[in-house]
Amino acid sequence: MTALLLARAQFAFTLSFHFLFPAFSIGLASFLAVLEALWLKTGAGVYANLYRYWLRIFAVVFAMGVVSGIVMSYQFGTNWSVFSDKAGPVIGPLMAYEVLTAFFLEAGFLGVMLFGINKVGPRLHFVATLAVAVGTFISAFWILAVNSWMQTPTGYEMAPNGQFVPGPSWLAIIFNPSFPYRLVHTVLAAYLTTAFAVGGVGAWHLLRDRHNPGARKMFSMAMWMAAVVAPLQVFAGDLHGLNTLEHQPAKVMAMEGHYQSHPHGAPLILFGIPDSKAQRVDYAIQIPQASSLILKHDPNAPLAGLDTIPAADRPPVGIVFWAFRVMVGLGMAMFGLGLWSLLARWRGKLFDWTWLHRGALAMGPAGFVAVLAGWIVTEVGRQPFTIYGLLRTADSVSPLAAPAVAASLAAFATVYFAVFGTGIWYLLRLMHKPPEAHEAPPSAAPIRSAGITPAPQLAEGDALPGTPDKETE
Amino acid sequence: MMDLTVIWAGIIGFAITAYVIMDGFDLGIGILFPLFEVGSKRDTAMNSIAPVWDGNETWLVLGGGGLLAAFPLAYAIILPALYAPLMAMLLGLVLRGVAFEFRWRDPAHRPLWDIAFTAGSLVAAFAQGVTLGALLQGITVVGRAYGGGWWDWLSPFSILTGTGLVAGYALLGACWLNWKTEGDLQDQCARYARRLGIVLLAVIAAVSLATLTLEPRYAERWLAWPGILATAQVPLATLIVSFMYYRSLARRRDAQPFFWALGLFGLCLVGLGISIWPDVIPARVTIWQAAAPYRSQAFMLVGAAVLVPVIPAYTAWAYWVFRGKVGSDGYH
Repeated sequence: MTALLLARAQFAFTLSFHFLFPAFSIGLASFLAVLEALWLKTGAGVYANLYRYWLRIFAVVFAMGVVSGIVMSYQFGTNWSVFSDKAGPVIGPLMAYEVLTAFFLEAGFLGVMLFGINKVGPRLHFVATLAVAVGTFISAFWILAVNSWMQTPTGYEMAPNGQFVPGPSWLAIIFNPSFPYRLVHTVLAAYLTTAFAVGGVGAWHLLRDRHNPGARKMFSMAMWMAAVVAPLQVFAGDLHGLNTLEHQPAKVMAMEGHYQSHPHGAPLILFGIPDSKAQRVDYAIQIPQASSLILKHDPNAPLAGLDTIPAADRPPVGIVFWAFRVMVGLGMAMFGLGLWSLLARWRGKLFDWTWLHRGALAMGPAGFVAVLAGWIVTEVGRQPFTIYGLLRTADSVSPLAAPAVAASLAAFATVYFAVFGTGIWYLLRLMHKPPEAHEAPPSAAPIRSAGITPAPQLAEGDALPGTPDKETE
Repeated sequence: MMDLTVIWAGIIGFAITAYVIMDGFDLGIGILFPLFEVGSKRDTAMNSIAPVWDGNETWLVLGGGGLLAAFPLAYAIILPALYAPLMAMLLGLVLRGVAFEFRWRDPAHRPLWDIAFTAGSLVAAFAQGVTLGALLQGITVVGRAYGGGWWDWLSPFSILTGTGLVAGYALLGACWLNWKTEGDLQDQCARYARRLGIVLLAVIAAVSLATLTLEPRYAERWLAWPGILATAQVPLATLIVSFMYYRSLARRRDAQPFFWALGLFGLCLVGLGISIWPDVIPARVTIWQAAAPYRSQAFMLVGAAVLVPVIPAYTAWAYWVFRGKVGSDGYH
């Protein structure tokens, strides 16, 4: 094992764990903002109770996202110091903006969101929820600008010392060619991930008690999101794919399993086993001409294959090929479940069709898997470069001894599996508990000055989202 | 023309100061945690920082992110040089960060998460101190990269600075709880604050004297005539602040000891600045050698000029919302 391979494994490992949490918290923060807005508007207690129910889950997800995120902000330097030195003048400011505009906003208002309803009142509390939700989005904006620039770098100049330095326009750096597509695709993915997680939890409780008002409300809201966002995501994904074909054709070749060029229209390989040694896909089930049809909108359009790319510049095919199929397959399943829910809703059977609920339950984790698969497609598909076409991964790594990286990788693996494994277990336990009419707040205002009287127990009709109940378990 | 590099050195310095001021006491509470009785005392100690710890830690991200943005070369050299302590710090922060939520989620395993909270805080604080010591004693730079081995950071001096920071953070934690709690817990923390003060002052003296021997330029910076007239004010001020610290403790003040303790930390940072200015990697790389180009610095300055004042404003608001003495009511 070389230090390079270990450094890559460590980055992939820590990032994969990290990515699960923001993918959930971006959507969950918006969901919470909607719930609180609906509660403020209608006064219906079911929204307040759902808010409390999901806020407790959000608190755990967010904590795990924060601590795993701090690790990422230092990994750039510890493991990829040459990359940091060379790309720092371009990507550093974008990441600094992420900290200044997003992280502080989220962290600053999170305390009030979690613990502060009694201190600041419902309206200011809603502002805090909104600030956190907006913060998660701003964070996605900047970090995806960074990632997109690494995929499709524009707006830079080369300094004599080998650094990438900003050109005259920062807009050319931020709004690089793949950024708008990646931002839309990723944020929609976060919303879908949350929709299916919420839908799965709702379905689980509907299967046990189809009259639970909280379960009905969350399931219904989640299925609206699935029905509306999944088709948008298919559309956005297609546009993102076309953008990738234009700017990173080798990645698309790996996604498609196109080792060879197809001058008279390329087939769409649905399944098969890529064999990179023999440069072919074994046992391929394919639709003739369909790949050209999708990518070029012409069944006979020629499509170049990896044989046109120098061997040293090719991404690994197998992992990209498989991850892409997992992502697309799950995306289609989400699309299908959304349609199914529309049909059920139209027939007035949304809360009665148990097979729909079983389907939604099975699809509960689908978003997380799809997000990771998509991330693998785009990151592994960029290999062997960190800055596409310009800086190789092998030339980006820190001058580290392999044992040092191996030791830290082992430490990360141990701590992450223990800590986040337990955290995910706690999340599942929270989700296992049905939403109730007297949902306790995530915490009863941990800092309570003398003189604030706890509110009485609340019914569905008159709850404040975070009011402390005196009830104990 | 304004020198943006100096401004950015100031902003990074501000971020590090803000971090030490804000996360110091919250790591310190983690360090002192096993000394508190299980039950309402631990819950109270935890509750006093639960709403703010995340914001406090964000300054560390700004320190790292800002360094990458404004001084990428320094970031690229320092982080590999301090690989082991930084990794330990990150893992420590993971363990203690999740403990805030997890200990409430799982009462059966609360003792385990309390241990994680303490161990994580202790490791993070010690690693930060080691980082400081390793930087002061000098790291090996070859070209644009770190050129030393992966155990170079370990020395008696770095262990001294690591221990010193643990004591210092614990002192801040004790002072914070002296301010935010009442009764037994407050008395207990006031006692710790008195004892830790002696430890911290001893370490400050030891580190200060040892620093003078590390690099000739440090000694020259502090002892050369007539500069010594100015630099001598720092130890003098430290004596005065120490006196005020102990006086406020003796008079059983709530908030004052905490601010005097912050004053001690502030003076240490001033002392650090005197030793290393204008280097970003002490005695190796100056801020101008490591600086990002003008366009990077200028672009970020627009945002920083607006946000660096705004962030403390809403952070202060969040602290204000949770003002006053803390209760032990946490999660149900």
